[in-house]
Amino acid sequence: MPPVLRSAGLRKSFGSLEVLRGIDLSIAAGERVAILGSSGSGKSTLLRCLNFMEIPSAGRVFLDGEPVGRQAANGSIRYPRAELMRLRQRVGMVFQQFNLFPHMTALANVMEGPATVQRRARAEARRIAERQLARVGLADKAETYPAFLSGGQQQRVAIARALAMEPEILLFDEPTSSLDPELVGEVLSVILDLSRDGRTMLLVTHELGFAYHFATRVIFLHDGMIHEEGPPEQVLKQPRQDRTRQFLERFTAFRF
Amino acid sequence: MNYDWDFSPVWRGMDFLLGGLANTLLLSGAAILSGLVIGLLLAGLRIGAGGRVLGFAAAAVITFYRNTPPLVHLFFFFYGLPILIGVSLSPFLAALIALSIQSGAFFAEIFRGGITSIERGQWEAGRAIGMGEITLLRRVILPQALRRMLPPLTERCFELIKTTALAASLAYGELLYRAMTLTSQSFRPLETYTAVALLFFVVLCGSSFAIRALEARLALAQP
Amino acid sequence: MIGPFDFGPVLENFDLLLRGARLTLLLWAIAFAFALVAGLFVGIARSSPRRWLNWPATAYVELFRNIPVLVQLIWFYFAFPVLSGVRLSPFAASAIGLSLNASAYCAEIYRGGLQSVARGQWEGGRALGMGEVQLMGRIILPQAVRRMIPAFTNRAVELLKNTAIASILVVHELMYEARELSAETFLPLETFAVVGVVYFLLIWPGTLFSSYLERRLARQGG
Repeated sequence: MPPVLRSAGLRKSFGSLEVLRGIDLSIAAGERVAILGSSGSGKSTLLRCLNFMEIPSAGRVFLDGEPVGRQAANGSIRYPRAELMRLRQRVGMVFQQFNLFPHMTALANVMEGPATVQRRARAEARRIAERQLARVGLADKAETYPAFLSGGQQQRVAIARALAMEPEILLFDEPTSSLDPELVGEVLSVILDLSRDGRTMLLVTHELGFAYHFATRVIFLHDGMIHEEGPPEQVLKQPRQDRTRQFLERFTAFRF
Repeated sequence: MNYDWDFSPVWRGMDFLLGGLANTLLLSGAAILSGLVIGLLLAGLRIGAGGRVLGFAAAAVITFYRNTPPLVHLFFFFYGLPILIGVSLSPFLAALIALSIQSGAFFAEIFRGGITSIERGQWEAGRAIGMGEITLLRRVILPQALRRMLPPLTERCFELIKTTALAASLAYGELLYRAMTLTSQSFRPLETYTAVALLFFVVLCGSSFAIRALEARLALAQP
Repeated sequence: MIGPFDFGPVLENFDLLLRGARLTLLLWAIAFAFALVAGLFVGIARSSPRRWLNWPATAYVELFRNIPVLVQLIWFYFAFPVLSGVRLSPFAASAIGLSLNASAYCAEIYRGGLQSVARGQWEGGRALGMGEVQLMGRIILPQAVRRMIPAFTNRAVELLKNTAIASILVVHELMYEARELSAETFLPLETFAVVGVVYFLLIWPGTLFSSYLERRLARQGG
């Protein structure tokens, strides 16, 4: 079985700043991977390269064993828009800032993918959307506009919107970093609940406790490279690398 | 006040004046419609839909027309253009061309500003569920952008109605020109011009109200 | 000569155009200065909760904003003398018309600026026992002015464009000189193109400056 998602030598630069310096990643189906690292380590950039919100500067990404993009004669990789569009139906993303469509109700937001992108019949799209909205516990907010929802509710709608596309892989880009502390829990509960489905999930987060309970593998990113990776028990409780230890210490400094 | 107000010439000429008002609105409406088309074209070119050279040309046209008095353009097209194309233009046509291009320049910037004001996250969210650029524009960006563009657009249209009065200098028979004609016959400048000023005031105030009502209704439909 | 276009006669008479431009700037300066001062008082009246101040100020502002500028200038030149018995020169009528018109817009800018200063500032000053004038001068206006400058710059630019309207009243500013020159030389294309560029060079820097100010204000969190 080939890994469901793989990257080889992934690099990304913004101008003269090189953020990702060669990432070799291999994700098996059903894995739940937590990606940790300090700001500037490249963790969000890595995630965004995997669904091509950012186009890698070098390296290759493989989905289900198939390389993404086409290699041109001169060696550079071209990423046709149509291919990326198709990929994004299989690799979903939940954003830190939710990015719900403010001019649509919660239900309309969730329906938009199935109805407009997957071109399903409206009734079918509606059924899918209602199911996902119920899944995240917001069936009663179907006709509410995002402006009237709390941050936690908005993020849950965003998760439902991503789920409605029935993606093989779900990417979470710091899903709770923009939330008030008391709202973080409801979103994390939903994400934990999703792990029952056996779907492949990648989560960039600062919530170490959650990562411990949720992940099957933890990756610590430093300076654009994978510094340490392994099961949560090892990386989070008995890190092998100094930098990993230093990073984790910052979170325990004010434990009471 | 030791002046004998006499509005009778004004009442007698009211049909004539109202005809002028109709011409004002005609020029305004025509300039708004063609201005919107020109504005869309200029905005599209400006953001690069037609390549670098045309994009630069569009930016130059927009900047020039937004930073020069409308009167210059009125005279340029009325006196100058006929020499270029060998056909003389009616005052209406010359005014229409000048005002359309100038309005178009302002509209183009409003269109561009409206689209760029939509935060990046919206574009990304649409792409993340696999939307193509056109679908993204149609379903996510434009509905939000249009709502934001409406106030500055209506503001511009309001200004345009006022600017049509300049067409009087080309002898176009809009309201002010007819007032001038009437005055030259009745020798009652105070009454005539006061009445016409009031007419403008009522029409423009009314438009203002209508615009605000329209905006309020649209705002209510969405939080 | 550039192709079929003959700019020679126009450029030879450039000094005439410059003379006109000087008058344009004079008209602009007078009107803008008046507008800044008069607008302040009308703007304060407009923000006042006292009806006897607020209503006349509102009427003033609405009057000048809902009538075309040319109509206003024509009224002051042709209609006002009949009412008052005072003959106005074209320049005076234009200066008065443009001044009053600009002052109405400035009043609204002042009003917006004043209202944008947080309530707490007024209350803080009053709690110290400050009178209204002191409060306005030392606390409110200094804060409001920063935010109003971009809007004032925009208004200054609009006013400069509006000075061209005075040409219709036979004020010998730039636009008028342009028409004269165009008629003399029979070169309307070249004349109005050159004058367009002159106006552009006068006006565009103002627009750029205004954008610069707006960006700076946004960055400073004004």
